[in-house]
Amino acid sequence: MPGVVLAITGESRMKRTNELIVALAVMAVIIVVTWGIYAVGDNMPNGVTPFSKDVYQLHNVILAVVTVIGVLVFTAMFTSIVVHRKSKGYEAAKFSHSTAAEITWTAIPVLILIVMAIPATRVLIDMENTGGAEINIKVTGYQWLWKYDYLEDDISFYSMLDRESNRARQINSGIDVYGVDNYLLEVDNRMIVPTNTKIRLLLTADDVIHSWWVPDLGWKRDAIPGMVNEAWTLIEEEGVYRGQCAELCGKDHGFMPIVVEAVSPEAYREWVESRRSEQAAQADSSDEIRPIPAADESSALLVDRG
Amino acid sequence: MSHETTLEQAEHHHEHPTGLARWLFSTNHKEIGTLYLVFSLIMFLVGGAMALVIRAELFVPGLQLVNPEFFNQMTTMHALVMIFGAVMPAFVGLANWMVPLMIGAPDMALPRMNNWSFWILPFAFAILLMPLALGLFGIGSGGPASGWTLYPPLSLQGGTNIAFVIFAIHLMGISSIMGAINIIVTILNMRAPGMTLLRMPLFVWTWLITGFLLIAVMPVLAGAVTMLLTDRFFGTSFFNAAGGGDPVMYQHIFWFFGHPEVYIMILPAFGVVSEILPTFSRKPLFGYTSMVYATASIAFLSFIVWAHHMFTVGMPLGGNLFFMYATMVIAVPTGVKVFNWVSTMWRGSMSFETPMLFALGFIVLFTIGGFSGLMLAIVPADFQYHDTYFVVAHFHYVLVTGSVFAIMAGVYYWLPKWTGYMYNEKLGKLHFWWSAISVNVLFFPQHYLGLAGMPRRIPDYAVQFAEFNMISSIGGFAFGFAQLLFVYIVWQAARGGERATGQVWEGARGLEWTVPSPAPLHTFDTPPKVDDSVASHADNLA
Repeated sequence: MPGVVLAITGESRMKRTNELIVALAVMAVIIVVTWGIYAVGDNMPNGVTPFSKDVYQLHNVILAVVTVIGVLVFTAMFTSIVVHRKSKGYEAAKFSHSTAAEITWTAIPVLILIVMAIPATRVLIDMENTGGAEINIKVTGYQWLWKYDYLEDDISFYSMLDRESNRARQINSGIDVYGVDNYLLEVDNRMIVPTNTKIRLLLTADDVIHSWWVPDLGWKRDAIPGMVNEAWTLIEEEGVYRGQCAELCGKDHGFMPIVVEAVSPEAYREWVESRRSEQAAQADSSDEIRPIPAADESSALLVDRG
Repeated sequence: MSHETTLEQAEHHHEHPTGLARWLFSTNHKEIGTLYLVFSLIMFLVGGAMALVIRAELFVPGLQLVNPEFFNQMTTMHALVMIFGAVMPAFVGLANWMVPLMIGAPDMALPRMNNWSFWILPFAFAILLMPLALGLFGIGSGGPASGWTLYPPLSLQGGTNIAFVIFAIHLMGISSIMGAINIIVTILNMRAPGMTLLRMPLFVWTWLITGFLLIAVMPVLAGAVTMLLTDRFFGTSFFNAAGGGDPVMYQHIFWFFGHPEVYIMILPAFGVVSEILPTFSRKPLFGYTSMVYATASIAFLSFIVWAHHMFTVGMPLGGNLFFMYATMVIAVPTGVKVFNWVSTMWRGSMSFETPMLFALGFIVLFTIGGFSGLMLAIVPADFQYHDTYFVVAHFHYVLVTGSVFAIMAGVYYWLPKWTGYMYNEKLGKLHFWWSAISVNVLFFPQHYLGLAGMPRRIPDYAVQFAEFNMISSIGGFAFGFAQLLFVYIVWQAARGGERATGQVWEGARGLEWTVPSPAPLHTFDTPPKVDDSVASHADNLA
């Protein structure tokens, strides 16, 4: 390096100063633009489970890492575009490789990636730990609705797009979708779960592959016919959380929402009791066993009766 | 062999057929290259029209124009047409035109097979598009609608149209494999004396590696879709759990093809950009050798990352971890490439003609696509991103502003060599800026949509997604119509204009610029002598 410094003539020092000034200006512009891009857009929800918060954090960290790398690379690139122009009489240098530089920009990304991989691995291992769940719910995807079986409490019901959305979503229905509450994100029967309780979901499907996704819970998992996938959640805040099928499953793929309502454990117990007595009354009053309903309103009739 | 070649050439010189026969029976790499490029341009417009149907339906929430079934046909066919019809044939077209010119060969090694591999394509696409076209006239159930990935069981539910897709894919695969064999054999056997492997232009290197990827994975795709065919029509149960099969196995096989396929569509783009940057920077490519190694590493890694397309299928922890780490590693050689490109520009003497603008646009926007790719590699975060518009934004950044921008850069770069006329520079620059701005309006908001929770492949959406969908659609239409300008510019340059010199670009180096413009039908009948003074770039170039 000292040799290089000695070799710098007055002219090339000027060149360097020029490059540095332009680089600072370019970097300022890029930072402002990047800030604007983040300011106008939407970001991932933080969610309401420990896992979703971990994921949100991972997402923000990796986004920050790539942003910093991007700002540096694009600063170098646009500085060059501004300064090293033929139209400004800039003469081309002749260098075509530098082993030191190439080793550096191979090694540094490797280190960054290792640093990124560690928290990602930790969060993933946590996600796989489905043991110790208090409630097990089997989720089955159908074309185009969901079925929830609460294994401990013996509750079972279908959940499909609510009637108002269903009417409005017909082609040229003439209904203003802005007038429909939670258009396409409301169901007839919500999946009710207690807060602060570890819940294991067993996901499968009856016909084609679906994918169960509620962004606020932090994950999606495919529901595959002939297989059972597991995942878990622990919702920390009461509220209604909405999602959709995320795997193309045919013509009404866009119309099979998921709505999870997290209530206090006491309210959950009440709901379980009322739902069970409802189901019992229903079983007494009708001997007919209904098959899986087609994607119309029959499932709503089935479970809402009484 | 040499005797036969001479005879054949002599024959060509005397009576070269004209009209339809010229194109139908041509064994000339330049004519076949032109055929590939024209075909790819037509398919680009067809696939683009389908994309506009999608963006028109998504302009506002609610269903207005098409029913969900037709919408799904559009997303499926848009992808198949763009991947197999537009991007892949465009790169084969560029290879046909430029590889022999760049290595000093008189033609491709296997000219008749070259003819065949092109002429399969129009038939393949006639078959692919037939169910959709018939469906428009009310015959049959329309095109396939299960997404271009054709995941079973969904893809087996539809009508018999799946057979058309499968047969078309078989034909495209045969065409691609023959094209790849031809390119590999040409590069390995037909280089002019002195054109050592490490003197080859980077475009030739990237295509050599791409050729091996094609031969390795197209048969895998053929196998996957053949199993679909027998499951659908002959009662087998490869992918049917009820019959002892496994629907997830299809995804593994498909993506074992699908991920190298992604690099098949981007490695030649790296090559094109690595040709253009030194020319307009008037400075040799930085780190030529490391570029070659980086390309080879990316190709190798492409075989061991396939399951990152399926993090949500419920693989065991070890599987998800392995595919996460392997995918993250790809960022290293890809980063090397980007750093080398920027270093090539650094302290060059740059000018900004249209090819350079597209190459620079490529570097910036492909890098953004690479960043979102790295984000997608992080498995827990992918549980959120997967199958959302975030993924749609990601792969359109690498495919449209990556591959397509590189193809356009290459077309503007070599067009004067092909036609003998300069294209209209003002219109070219207008095309670039119009495309570059509109394509970001089109795809950038899709990142936001995905993060906010909008799944991909849905014809209608909740109202909180309305704003960014509308912006995206406006960008889509602007970008789509910008491409008509591209067609006009190319058509104009083919018909006349300012005469191009053999050198064309002041800073251009390499054998292709030593022949006149337009390149005569037969070039390098006598092989040129190649040394470092002629080679387009090598590390030992001062």
